[in-house]
Amino acid sequence: MSNTVIPIVAERAPVDAARARKRRQPRGRIVDPAVQAELRAWLADAGWGGDDGAPPRRDTLIECLHVVNDRLGQLPAPHLAALAALMKLSMAEVFEVASFYHHFHIVREAPDGSVPAPPAVTVRVCDGLACELAGARDLLARLPAMLGTDVRVIAAPCVGRCETAPVAVVHHHPVLQATAETVRAAVDTGQRSDRVHTHLGLDDYIAQGGYALWRRCAEGGLDAEAAITELEHAGLRGLGGAGFPAGRKWRIVRDMPAPRHLAVNIDEGEPGTFKDRWCLERDPHRFLEGLLIAAWAVGIDGVWIYLRDEYHGCRAMLQEELARLRAAAADWGPATLPRIELRRGAGAYVCGEESAMIESIEGKRGLPRLRPPYVAEVGLFGRPTLEHNFETLYWVRELVEQGGAAFAAQGRHGRQGLRRFSVSGRVVSPGVKLAPAGITLRELIDEHCGGLPKGHTLQAFLPGGASGGIFPASLADVPLDFDTLQPHGGFIGSAAVIVLSQHDSVLDAARNVMRFMANESCGQCTPCRAGTAKAVALMDAPVWDRALLAELSEVMREASICGLGQAAPNAPDCVMRHFPELLA
Amino acid sequence: MSIAFTLDDRAVSAEGGETLLDVARREGIAIPTLCFSDGLAPAGNCRACVVEVDGERTLAASCCRAPREGMVVHTASERARRSQRLVLELLQADLPEAGFTRHNEVDQWAERLGLGRPRFAPRERVVADATHPAIAVNLDACIQCTRCLRACRDVQGNDVIGLSFRGEQAQISFDLGDDLGASTCVACGECVQACPTGALSPANGAALQVPDRSVDSVCPYCGVGCRLTYHVKDDTILFVEGRNGPANQGRLCVKGRYGFDYARHPQRLTVPLIRRADAPKDPLGPTDPAIARGWFREASWDEALALAGGTLKQLRDDHGPRALAGFGSAKGSNEEAYLFQKLVRLGLGSNNVDHCTRLCHASSVAALLEGIGSGAVSNPVTDVALADVCIVIGANPVVNHPVAASWIKNAVRTGTTLIVIDPRTSELARHARHHLAFRPGSDVALLNAMMNVIVSEGLVNPDFIADRTSGYEALVQNVKAFPPDAMAAVTGIDAETIRTVARLYARSRAAMIFWGMGISQHVHGTDNARCLIALALMTGQIGRPGTGLHPLRGQNNVQGASDSGLIPMMYPDYQRVNDPAVRSQFATAWGVPEEELDPAAGLTVVEILDAIDAREIRGLYIMGENPAMSDPDTQHARQALARLDMLVVQDIFLTETACLADVVLPASAAAEKAGSFTNTDRLVQLGRRAIGLPGLARQDLWCIVAMAQQLGLDWSHYGATPSDCDAAAAAVFDEMRGLMPSIAGLSWARLAAEGGVTQPCPDEAEPGQPIVFVDGFPTADGRGRFVPADVLPADEQPDAAYPLVLITGRQLEHWHTGSMTRRAGVLDALEPDPVALLHPLTLAAAGVAPGEVVTIASRRGDVSLYARADAGTPEGVVFVAFCWFEAAVNRLTNPTLDPVAKIPELKYCAVRLQAGGAAPLVGSFGGGVVLAAER
Repeated sequence: MSNTVIPIVAERAPVDAARARKRRQPRGRIVDPAVQAELRAWLADAGWGGDDGAPPRRDTLIECLHVVNDRLGQLPAPHLAALAALMKLSMAEVFEVASFYHHFHIVREAPDGSVPAPPAVTVRVCDGLACELAGARDLLARLPAMLGTDVRVIAAPCVGRCETAPVAVVHHHPVLQATAETVRAAVDTGQRSDRVHTHLGLDDYIAQGGYALWRRCAEGGLDAEAAITELEHAGLRGLGGAGFPAGRKWRIVRDMPAPRHLAVNIDEGEPGTFKDRWCLERDPHRFLEGLLIAAWAVGIDGVWIYLRDEYHGCRAMLQEELARLRAAAADWGPATLPRIELRRGAGAYVCGEESAMIESIEGKRGLPRLRPPYVAEVGLFGRPTLEHNFETLYWVRELVEQGGAAFAAQGRHGRQGLRRFSVSGRVVSPGVKLAPAGITLRELIDEHCGGLPKGHTLQAFLPGGASGGIFPASLADVPLDFDTLQPHGGFIGSAAVIVLSQHDSVLDAARNVMRFMANESCGQCTPCRAGTAKAVALMDAPVWDRALLAELSEVMREASICGLGQAAPNAPDCVMRHFPELLA
Repeated sequence: MSIAFTLDDRAVSAEGGETLLDVARREGIAIPTLCFSDGLAPAGNCRACVVEVDGERTLAASCCRAPREGMVVHTASERARRSQRLVLELLQADLPEAGFTRHNEVDQWAERLGLGRPRFAPRERVVADATHPAIAVNLDACIQCTRCLRACRDVQGNDVIGLSFRGEQAQISFDLGDDLGASTCVACGECVQACPTGALSPANGAALQVPDRSVDSVCPYCGVGCRLTYHVKDDTILFVEGRNGPANQGRLCVKGRYGFDYARHPQRLTVPLIRRADAPKDPLGPTDPAIARGWFREASWDEALALAGGTLKQLRDDHGPRALAGFGSAKGSNEEAYLFQKLVRLGLGSNNVDHCTRLCHASSVAALLEGIGSGAVSNPVTDVALADVCIVIGANPVVNHPVAASWIKNAVRTGTTLIVIDPRTSELARHARHHLAFRPGSDVALLNAMMNVIVSEGLVNPDFIADRTSGYEALVQNVKAFPPDAMAAVTGIDAETIRTVARLYARSRAAMIFWGMGISQHVHGTDNARCLIALALMTGQIGRPGTGLHPLRGQNNVQGASDSGLIPMMYPDYQRVNDPAVRSQFATAWGVPEEELDPAAGLTVVEILDAIDAREIRGLYIMGENPAMSDPDTQHARQALARLDMLVVQDIFLTETACLADVVLPASAAAEKAGSFTNTDRLVQLGRRAIGLPGLARQDLWCIVAMAQQLGLDWSHYGATPSDCDAAAAAVFDEMRGLMPSIAGLSWARLAAEGGVTQPCPDEAEPGQPIVFVDGFPTADGRGRFVPADVLPADEQPDAAYPLVLITGRQLEHWHTGSMTRRAGVLDALEPDPVALLHPLTLAAAGVAPGEVVTIASRRGDVSLYARADAGTPEGVVFVAFCWFEAAVNRLTNPTLDPVAKIPELKYCAVRLQAGGAAPLVGSFGGGVVLAAER
């Protein structure tokens, strides 16, 4: 029989914060109407407000985040909640994207609900290998105390100015060959922006015969087949690093069903690489004309240019030149420009991977996609997509105008064509060097870079940035080109050559590179996410567990989704293969 | 087309869409998988399933790779195994020593592949998040496989879980990286069910316990009819998992997954109770069981049944059969519903039998029967996947039918255009292309305006109208008076939007309409439904996949209870009591003279309460309903109940209604009994007995049989026993089949074997009919009938004294009057306090800060509760759920009825808002009390 006294202690649970919150508001955060109104105005002002009263398009999420981040110097949680509501997205979708990119600084409310003020300015000190060789560690150690607590000093992955290492970026303003004193001067004098003044403008470009080729193409003066044939005669290969034959790519995408898109990769993030910026700062319309010819030959509906966020000056310049081009082209008929959108990265090396870049253009986290399907079949917004590195398109005008054979006739040691090498590290004159494909490292240094500085002798070099491996001086006579370095456990990639002398530590260089990979791993697949982190730990140990590292390398190479994880073990593997004496 | 390739030296072939993993599994080849899970889109991120493909540079994730003709694949080569093993080792290295589940898939695969201790140093530990009452978050055990994310986003469409940051910092996060307990998480638990490592696990540690047994059943809450499995230990449910069924495909919501422990609540009735002579009924008195229990004394079953049955019999003999009535329950099984109505019609002797459908969809059913001859849905919820356009009007399925809402959200993601028509902005509105937040009560004006557009722009389906309908001309004449430009002012929706939405619906290849109580619970509820029917008829959007009319049924068995005859004017299968032929058939089947069956329709729920008030009805038998909380103007309802000479309440708790009873019979909870239940899709499914009855509680079916015996009916042949009515349910169902053509093809054995069959199913050889009205309507002439509707304003309009509109309804965590869910630990912890939802500006105008106590009053009564700021509630509107005993909002509601269907206007009455008031009463259940007692 049951008890007549009901066995419950009739006592209320204490009204804790969670319970008080439930009384006050529905589940989750609530959107502050004032914040939402403010945000709506900002987005409209920046041109990302959405069309005809519709919410901003999903693919513009990163641009919308930039609007807030630029205005406030950070992304306060209340603004993220308001942005989600405005875009009809979940907060989770906004947060996962915002938290993926280095340049978005998310801040949460203090216990009293207020949002902490952002620092007065952020100084990013590049800790890429070239800058580390040039003293970045010293800058990072000294600057915080010199600049005070109001200034946020953080290490940044390669900012793409290795020829002027070390580099610190004060807000958007790059301080080249930085010393602690020049950085402080830039902070104190309010230098915050970056401008490009070196480029050939539209009028000058046209005066020098620019856009005549594209107009001829678009007006029927040339057929697409002829243009593609010239690329094939030249043997032009993708210059982002993968080296896929450009002509063949055009044919593949051209045969795919319309609508087709063109996505242009200027996310030049490979440490040591700065050739795309260097060219863009000089002749932006040569690139744009190449882009237009590609779009014409392949039958492209929409073009998206993805420019890394670090190139602030280039972005402003390119926006202006694009506007000038659109205005000029309006009178050119019958040739008409395709839709061209310039999209801004937000700090993520992995977005240089072709499918990750597509995800990022779509406003998402930069997670590489599993292939197949390849982007040529299913790419941007699910459509067949021609994706090219900047420099590949930069070559197009010249090759079609002058014929591919002239290009192919160049080259050394049995190789064909020309390469732009980004050279940094221990050389007298670093910079972008246009040299024959197949040139050796020794020839490149001696003929183009003025040799090594006095007191330095060659110990090692990285032929392809952080991912191409580390070679000893004994391989300085191997021709540098696609396919020539694989037998030695590396590759040329984007032709970013970093030179190390006997005063530099190869082990530290390998650690720098693996740290970079671990920081830049998207975190999607186990071999890369866990593998790069475990590799950093193993390489930081005083004695390397070589057997385990080798096992780890294999799974990273074999089982990672994208090239980042697959190439990440090149550095430790090269050390173990070419520098065993350092590990003894 | 099949693709031939070689898998581990076997010649195999893949059929369309199969991956390497699919084929391997089919071939019985085990490949380690972690991020892969049946029912989720493959992600290919864990890389445990990588295999070697001849000629390829790297290994391929078998879960994502489609075979090619002639491909040669090795799943267990040295090379493939090395990577598979190291992936597992990398993940295992980071897992904590102590597990959170008995089924850690990383450990299971590591053991199968013979891995030793991981050689890598672990990552930094992650702090646990214990802020959620239902779900423990231990990201220490997380392997970033994103199964939870896909479950949350792709399956349930709740979009709470994200994968944030990157590299080794990549982390599962909630909303903006918030604590789970402070996030928008609706606690559906799909993520817990999906998690392979216990990183997300039941907060009560149930994943580490070993159940004694597992019982397949159906959810006892809403009409979606989710199949589930009860995992039982020591005769108590440990935890619940979703089970594959047509309506849910393994999904559950917070109530289904976490709302099971009420059955073992200390306040369960375990012994029959008889009101003490010195405890007069006080309709305005307290209802807390801790107090009310003292008004009763314990009794034996014999004494309780004799008093209950004997008094009812005496009242029948003294005052005639129409002086008695019965309320059955839409929570009970079909068999209980059938037997209850049979008892009322034979034992009490009249047709005064009704149930809560009267308060829910009576108007929908009335309009549907009138227009198309059947009160049930035309297409199942999942048909929305086939719809190009979906209108959800006057329904908040995200709260009230969460799993149904998940299908709608899924459909939106695959291209269905969603139109939400509701004054409130529900979560579903975020997924909608158009949300028409129209003025409460202006439904008919809005729908007529849409029809005006469709007619005037020639978007009707003339063939369908000509071949399959009648009365079109009258409708056209009627809607002429509703041009969208004129209706804009009435409805608050601009004319262009009305046009756009009307065009979308009319022009689409297939369009479907869902509706809920926002349509039905009005004095113009029948008119609202008539308009929806007319919309479907004039455009021919019915009778095909992805089209049709779907009134979302509220209770787990409201469809079945109605089918089974808990309706005063109809016998089972909607056969009219005033039809002599029908009466003759039932008299024969029931073995009674035809004259014993009352030829007049009985009274409806609210009419019965009025009749009690008028002393025309003196005895009432209530099984599992709680009109003292659920009926409009509850003081009036309670006063009426208190006037009865004999009120018999058969229930599992001492409800607000039972407080006014003379005899209380302790009955069975859903998990304690077997029976068939019919969901909103007309799918008949079996619920099974998972746990035993506490104390002297009895099976409901046995109680009905025992009451029948007191009323002179010998139903011993059903074989009901006090604690086991499994066989009796089968016997009752068998009798029902003979009288209900809709389920004639359904045998108990078939139900048990197939798990469920959709009615109508007139023949055993038939599979059942998920989509009806394909060729015609079950009306006399086979045609659908247009019934024009004119604007009938809400009965009680806001004025200077009562300037706000009160809308009542439900909250996600609490079921109806709260008797079950407020005694379920997790649900109570999630929503412990009574709240009124008010727009922040409405609150500001009243000078009330969110979270403060407010008093809401209508002409009939007032309640005090906490003011919750909710931007989704329109200005000038108050929304309160009717689950709060300490703030019973039906004290305020308007009992005025829809003239056709007799449904009260629960969705609209005039109220005023005042700052302050007495803080809601401390009760003996709800308000976090259970958890406090258990801590």
